[in-house]
Amino acid sequence: MLTKRIIPCLDVKDGKVVKGVRFENLRVEGDPAELASFYEDSLADELVFLDITASKEKRRILIDVVERTAEELTIPFTVGGGIGDLGMIQELLCAGADKVSLNTAAVRDPDLVRIASDRFGSQCIVIAIDAKRIGGGSGRPRWEVYVEGGSKGTGLDAIEWAKRVEGLGAGEILLTSMDRDGTQLGYDIELTRAVCEAVNVPVIASGGAGSPEHILEVFERGLADAALAASIFHRDIHPIREVKEFLASRGIPVRL
Amino acid sequence: MPTVLITNYGVGNLRSLRRGLERAGARVAVSLSPGELEASDAIVLPGVGAFRAAIEGLCAIRETLIAQVKGGKPLLGICLGMQLLLSRSHENGVWDGLDLVSGEATRLPGSVKLPHMGWDEVIVAKDSEITDGIPSGALMYFAHSYAPEHLDRSAEVAHTEYGRRFASIIEHGNIFGTQFHPEKSGGLGIGLLRNFVSIAKR
Repeated sequence: MLTKRIIPCLDVKDGKVVKGVRFENLRVEGDPAELASFYEDSLADELVFLDITASKEKRRILIDVVERTAEELTIPFTVGGGIGDLGMIQELLCAGADKVSLNTAAVRDPDLVRIASDRFGSQCIVIAIDAKRIGGGSGRPRWEVYVEGGSKGTGLDAIEWAKRVEGLGAGEILLTSMDRDGTQLGYDIELTRAVCEAVNVPVIASGGAGSPEHILEVFERGLADAALAASIFHRDIHPIREVKEFLASRGIPVRL
Repeated sequence: MPTVLITNYGVGNLRSLRRGLERAGARVAVSLSPGELEASDAIVLPGVGAFRAAIEGLCAIRETLIAQVKGGKPLLGICLGMQLLLSRSHENGVWDGLDLVSGEATRLPGSVKLPHMGWDEVIVAKDSEITDGIPSGALMYFAHSYAPEHLDRSAEVAHTEYGRRFASIIEHGNIFGTQFHPEKSGGLGIGLLRNFVSIAKR
């Protein structure tokens, strides 16, 4: 049976791992390649690097991190953040990334998703969706897609956008709840479930993990295929093995 | 130390595979030159990109590759690289493969999420040098939407269930293939590469 994946996320800035709390207050937590190896040994199923370096001049640092990480790891990893064109995708894949995740660039130019998945294969094109709940009160909840590191609303409906990128050839959706990101209050289950029910590609839930119970909940009720988390793993609050043993004891298939 | 040649027919991550084969004890060359193909002890067809682009990318070495493999040189196809070994593929049209192993690559059913992405069980049903030390039920990393079908059943060493049953490890004489990525499957995956390198040493 296909197992549910546990994916630590490493936010990388200027070649160092940091973690944003609601996309602010960055703090340095370690060397990416070193942390990557540590996570592989701790039973991570996959890794995600989100590069939050603003300037393009520092791209060489990211490529260097990707190359060093690929030399160390024998599990897959995804690189995202600021990827704007086919050339950059190619550069990252050739440097050793298994997948790339696109966010702002996909919204700006949806055709990029189609061309990239045709050329490199759907399995390596992940679309990152940063979604923020809008309205509230009665009726069906809705979420708006944000871009540029969560700073800019697009007016796009997250569910509709997820369906659209699936149609364009995206192989996976990395869905982040902006409302929950950094809060450790648990994933946005409604959002995750709504997207999982709308598309037929795997969905990685992200934003809000604070305990093993949250991860169980996003698999059982959110129907996610994979759960991404940062803080609870980086600070070793809940080691991955402990989380997986808990999930296994509750009947979730995991790799142990 | 045997030299394993990774055929460089497309664009994608070959670094992990090169490093995986090095860990498994091989000297690795990455090339698309018929001369280097002939000079190598074994060949790996990696799994990057789409079927059509890959088979077209192999054009320049197709005849040399087939002759080398028919002459007994060990070959390992990984993911798409395994599908290239088959008679044809139905990925975005119908395309002829290398036809080194009888079978077709067809899309997995839409009743399951596609791509088949993540760690899944490999049920080993037949003794083979390529699976030495790999227990049946081992979890390996998959990332694909197409898989072998109508395969010569004698070529199936292991299978996986996802939407349907498909061969996840094949062996046909000196030809081997895995639908999963051994270079991305932790220690057990490297173990499989090591088995292939041992075969290449002989």
